[in-house]
Order: sequence, then C-alpha cells, then structure tokens
Amino acid sequence: MSSLALATRGLDKRFGSLVVANDVTIELPQGERYALIGPNGAGKTTLINLVTGMLKPDRGRVFLGADEVTSLAPAERVQRGLVRTFQLNTLFPRLSALEAVTLAVCERRGCAGVWWRNLPFYGEAIEEAHAILVSLRLAASCYRPTAELAYGQQRLLEIALALATRPKVLLLDEPAAGVPQAESTELFSVIADLSRAITVLFIEHDVNVVFRFARRIIVMVGGRILVEGTPREIATDRRVRETYLGGAEHA
Amino acid sequence: MGAEPASEPQRYFDHRIRWRPLELAFWFATLLPFWLTPTYLVLASQIAITGLFALSLDLILGYAGIVSLGHAAYFGFGSYTAGLIAKWGWGEPLSGLLIAAAAAGVLGYVTSFIIARFRHLALIMITLGFGLLLAEAANSASWLTGGADGLQGVRMWRLLGIFPFDLYGYAAYSYALAVLVLAFLLARRLINSPFGLALRGIRERAVRMPAIGASSVAHIRMVYTIAATMAGIAGGLLAQTTETVSLETLGFQRSADVLVMLILGGAGRLYGGIIGAIIYLIARDQFSGINPQYWYFWIGLLLIAVVMFLPNGILGGLARLVPPRWSRA
Amino acid sequence: MLGSAFGVLFDGLAYGMLLFLLAVGLSVTLGMMNFVNLAHCSFAMLGGYVAVGLTNELRWPFLATLPLAFVSAAVVSVPLERVLYRRLYGASELDQCLLTIGIVFVSVATAAYLFGTVQQSVQLPSWLRGSVSFLHHSFGAYRLFLIAVALAVTAILVAALEYTSFGAQVRAAVDNARMARGLGIDVDRVFAITFALGGGLAGLGGALAVEIVGLDHAFAFTFLVYVLIVVAVGGLGSIAGSFAAALVLGVSDMAGKYYVPELGAFLIYLVMITLLMWRPAGLFGRR
Repeated sequence: MSSLALATRGLDKRFGSLVVANDVTIELPQGERYALIGPNGAGKTTLINLVTGMLKPDRGRVFLGADEVTSLAPAERVQRGLVRTFQLNTLFPRLSALEAVTLAVCERRGCAGVWWRNLPFYGEAIEEAHAILVSLRLAASCYRPTAELAYGQQRLLEIALALATRPKVLLLDEPAAGVPQAESTELFSVIADLSRAITVLFIEHDVNVVFRFARRIIVMVGGRILVEGTPREIATDRRVRETYLGGAEHA
Repeated sequence: MGAEPASEPQRYFDHRIRWRPLELAFWFATLLPFWLTPTYLVLASQIAITGLFALSLDLILGYAGIVSLGHAAYFGFGSYTAGLIAKWGWGEPLSGLLIAAAAAGVLGYVTSFIIARFRHLALIMITLGFGLLLAEAANSASWLTGGADGLQGVRMWRLLGIFPFDLYGYAAYSYALAVLVLAFLLARRLINSPFGLALRGIRERAVRMPAIGASSVAHIRMVYTIAATMAGIAGGLLAQTTETVSLETLGFQRSADVLVMLILGGAGRLYGGIIGAIIYLIARDQFSGINPQYWYFWIGLLLIAVVMFLPNGILGGLARLVPPRWSRA
Repeated sequence: MLGSAFGVLFDGLAYGMLLFLLAVGLSVTLGMMNFVNLAHCSFAMLGGYVAVGLTNELRWPFLATLPLAFVSAAVVSVPLERVLYRRLYGASELDQCLLTIGIVFVSVATAAYLFGTVQQSVQLPSWLRGSVSFLHHSFGAYRLFLIAVALAVTAILVAALEYTSFGAQVRAAVDNARMARGLGIDVDRVFAITFALGGGLAGLGGALAVEIVGLDHAFAFTFLVYVLIVVAVGGLGSIAGSFAAALVLGVSDMAGKYYVPELGAFLIYLVMITLLMWRPAGLFGRR
C-alpha cells in the first residue's frame, strides 16, 4: 500500500437517480504518469472532485500514500500534497501571475496569515514563485494581471499554482483544454518534464497526447472504470473501441 | 545581506508597497484644517472618525469581498462601550478607547465564526440581521443605553491630561486624526502583507483558495475581527469626542451610509473610504439646510449613477486615467 | 388563554399571508436571475399609495383599487427593468445591492415629497370593517378577506406554474437558466414578464397592507427587512418556501409581540439568523 501514491476504494456518488460514480477503485503507484480518458459525462472530473474532497462520496475511501484522507477537507488534502488543476481556468483575475504563485507559496510555507510584515520581507517565497514561473516559461509576463494573459499562458498558470504547493500527487483536469495543437505539445512537454517525485494523473481527450505521455491509461464510462492498462492494451481493447475510441481517429 | 542588488521580482513587490508622493501630500493636507479652517475642526474630527469606520469596512468589503449591511454593529458597540466606561466614572480617553476596541474586537471575533461560513445572499442577510438585532437589543435595554434618548452623562477627562474636549475641537480633531493615521498605517501594512494577498485571493476567486491549500475561513475570521476592532475604535472616538452616544450609531442607516461612502470613493483602494467620507460629509454639511428626505433622494441617484457608470468609485475612475506604473526597466 | 392564543394565531396567519404576497415576487425573480432586488418593496409602496389615493381622493371602492395597484406597480417595473436592471444581471451582488438601495432611497424621498411623512389610510367598505362571528370566536373581517385573497392568489400562481406553458418556462428558467436558454426558451423575456408580475404582486400586497400595518414614506425600507427574511429563509425561487417562511414569520412575530413585547422585533432577527445558519440556502432552497 505504501508504494501507492494515491488510491481509492469503491467510491460511489449519485445525485438523485443520476449515478456519477459507481464503485470506482483506482491505484496510482509512486512516480507514475496515468491518463484518465472517457466520453463526456463519464464522471472524470467528478472523480477528481471526489478524490480532492470538493465532493463528498456516498460511499468509499480515499488514500494518499499510506494515510486515509476521506474525512479531510480539501485544503488539508492539498497541504498533504494532493493537488488538482481545473478544467476551466480558476485563477485570480486581478492578481498578477507572480502574486498568485507567491500567494500559493506563502500558503504552503504557512506565512499567509502574517499581516504585520510586508511581502518583500519574504524574499525566499518570492524567488521560489518566480523560479516556478521561469520553469513554465511564464517569466516574461508574470507581472501582468492574470486576466491579461493569453489563454495558453493561463493554462500554464493553473499548473504553476499547483506546483507551488509542492504536490506529491498532481491531478490535471484537461490541462490543454481549448489550447491550440501547437501550444498543447509544449504544455505537455512541460508536464512530461515534471519531477518523478510527483505522481501525475491527467484527464485528456486527445488520444495522441495520451498515448505519448501516459504510461498507463484508465478508461471511465458512465461513472464506472471500464478498463485499465498500457496504451497498447487500451488501443486494442474491443470494449474501449466500441464505446470511445471507435471512429475517433484524429487527423 | 543588503549588499546584493534586489532581483527583479523583489523590486516588483518593493515597488508595489512604496509610498507614493500623492499619499504623503494627502496626509500633509489633513493638517491644513488647523490653519485654514479652524472653525470646522469638529466637522473635521467627524470626517476622520467616519473615514476610519469606512476604512474598516474596506478591509472586509474591498479586500476580502464580504458584503456587510450591518457593520455599524461594531461601530455602535464600541461607541456604547466607550460611553459607558466614561459614564461610570473612568473618563480617561486613551484607556477607554482601548477597552472599546477590545470589546468590539471580541464581538467581531465571536460573530466571525458565523460570518465566515456563509456567502452570497445568506451572508448579506446574516450581517443585516445581526446589525438589526443589536440595534433592537440596544433599544430594548434602555436602562443601559438610554434608549431613544441616548446615553447621558458621558464626561471625558482631558486628553493626555492636558487637552480638554471642547467646542473648538482642537483636541477632538488631533485625537481622531492621530488614531486614524495609526490605524491607516496598520491597514496599509496589512494590505501589503502576505495576509493582504490572501484576502485579495479570496475576493478574486474564493473557490481557488482551498485548492492551493488555503483556509479561507481562518483568513476571513482574522480580517473580520480586525475590521470589527477598527470600527469599534471609530465608534469609541465618536462617543469620546462628542460626549454622547445615540441608537443611530448601531442603526441600518449608519451601515448603509458608510457603504455608500466606501463605494463612492472606491473600494479596495485603501484611500477610498476616507475620500468617500470627506466628500459625503462635506456635501452633507453644505446641504444641511435641506430636508434629510431630499438628501437621500440625491444620494440614491448618485448611487445609481456610480453603479451604472463608475463602478470602481472615484479612485477607480481616476486610476483608469493613469497608465500602469510598473515597467521592467 | 387558549382563546387569545387562537386569536394570535389568526392574526399571525393574516400577517403571514400579507408577507407572502409581498415576498413571493422577489423570491421567484431572485431564484431565477440571482438578482438581489432590494427595491422590491418600493413597488409595494407604490401599490399602497395608489390604493390610498384612489379611495381617498377619487372615492373609488376599495376592491376596485386592488387590480389597479397591481397593474400600476407592474407597469412601473417595466422601464426600470429595461433601463437599469438589465445591465446588471451578471454583475456582482454588491453592485446589485447598491443599485437597488439607490432606487429605494429615491422612492422613499419621492414619496415623502409627494405625500409627506404622515401615516396614510384607506377607506374600507363597511362589510370589511368589523368582525365575523364563527364558532364562539370573532374574526376580523378584513383579515379574513386578506387571507382569502392571498390563498386565491397562491392557487392561481401554483396553477399557472403547473399548467400553463409560460409557467413551465418559468420553472425551467428558475431551475437552470443556462440550460433553459439552450432549450430555446427566451429567458430574458420570461424574466421581464415574471419581474413585472412579481412587482405587480408586491403592489397588490402593498395596497392590502395599508389597513394592517399602515403606510408611510419609509414603507419601502421598513418592510424590506421582513420580505428579505421571508425570501432568504424560505429559499430562493420556491413558492412553497416563501409560503412556509411567511407563515412562520408572521405567527412568530405576532406571538412575540403579544407574549414577550419587551423583546420586540428582536425575536424575528434571531429566528432568521438561526434558520439561515441551519439551512443557508433557505428551507426549500437549492443553491
């Protein structure tokens, strides 16, 4: 169990008669790169919401490493290293990119509650934030308000905020959503370059990207895990072809 | 440690917290009433007190995004506390003010547990309800508060043992201004601190905060307590400088007025509340001959106009005329 | 003792029905567009002054003023919605609060200017004054009338929502405006019409309120609080919620004033805060 970075056991969630999660059990070994795919409405984002605590499951348990985190609040899970990004940009419009990432760094360092000292006093936090932005090639526009950044840059900022929390497990919800083909390759190379100390699970629709960057793929349909395997196994799986990949050849 | 030149990101943050020349000019100008308009010092002290109250509202509204329709609860609580202490025999202003601040702070702390859990309409209603509750309680407890007649028998001792509170207002304005300056320095430090950044994060996108490991609830409780304390100080100042306390210090009218002032000046800009208070109170003084009904007619129109055309208040409108200041040179 | 308890209950019921009429329009429009319209009671005030003016100056029979109170409030709401409210549908709650508070200020000052600050009253027909005896209790005739009107209006509202296509559109828009648009429903038009109807109902409530709680220039403010309490406690967009909350509030306010007068209005605020803490989205609310 302790070699697993993230695990869930039998997560169930329904809204009235709509079942969004049905006995979902996944296991993410340390340092792995997993992709979560499935048709729209399969429950992928719901799963991330359940795992991060933004949604309470009707049944089931969530484990981060060796610890059970099922009863912890979302912020507490983040503090322990379970972090996610959002499919729709959920950023701070009037904060500059540098301010936003500095805020995340300060929260992690526990100094965000300090109201009696100026920000410049926390030079280390500022440098750390800046370094993250440099590594994501956002340094050039980091002083501008988030609302003024290009869409692709905002997607990168989503990831920067997550990295500032020093995650152990990173759940990326369609990180390249809405980003044109050329930029998305760069975005994914950034993700691929992430340290092996971080375990990554990303939701993605572009099968080429998925097959290129994921070591294993989990397929969800209708709130259930359909199948899990290597890209090769998934590509040749009959059920997956029928429900999802069939006819979804990308030009 | 101080030998190496600051890095660019460091300079960015240094630049953001620097004192602007306009700010220094503003604070210098607050000394002018002593020489230019000495007959208006009582009004000036009222403006300083109201400015402080508006500043406290800015902390929760402009920076943390909490819409409160009942902030006068803490103002009035501080006012009555300071008044009662003096009425019961301890007329020393500074210590009385500290006690009023503490009392309002405790009330703020206790209510913050409730406030921090809610958002949207429920939050607005709870702040409104709490303000009305306290006003109603003060009305009923007339044995303590003097009810509709107000608190009688408030006698203040000399400020620092030297300066009496009199009709001329020298002591009143000096006192109020000094307290305002101190509170402002504190508020400025708070805004420029990591905590200030967290508050702005809550205001900008509350949903994102837990996702970066932030406990918004704890942050909101802290800023709410600080804002309540500051409002209580303003209320205490009013009680001490006017030697009277009335029910309207707790009333909805006062909560609404300070909201109008803050919006007029521009929320989230630290000076907005003070600017708004200056404009509002001077205008009200100039038009004091008018029936109060008609005053609110124009205020209503002004409010509608501000919301439709100048949503960031006067300071916001001015800010748009000035190009962004930080360049990478 | 029991007799007076029954009397308090009856009076509370009547008062609650009045609150319901005043609040239901706001609950539906708030639930539909999430627009905080603090000026809702200004429409009620308008209806009240229309009724007062018609019965006192023009000697109209009271019953005839009611539909006119409804219509005049509904008509006035249309240009306001078109010119002002429409711009702020996506705006922050604060901006909506401020705009509508501004409208309240203006309406209160206008009322003071036009009618002075004195209490107004309506001329009731003789059959509405006095009381009716039934089962050893006497019931105020006007209060009976009020309850009857409110129940009739409720029945019409519920029937319209359930059985007409417009009602179906309203329900869809309240449930999920974005999806309703996607289904081809002209949500903006639905909202404009509902807004006018809600304002009209407020006007009707205002006209009916004069006899029970009086009318003066500050009505738009004084009753705003109670209406907001009903809406917040009952749950946005829920007629059943407004009904239940209005009843609870009406009865507890009457009971409070009768049995524990020292507490005054204290009790209502306490009840509201407690209920909201237990159920922040209101008793029947969804968000």
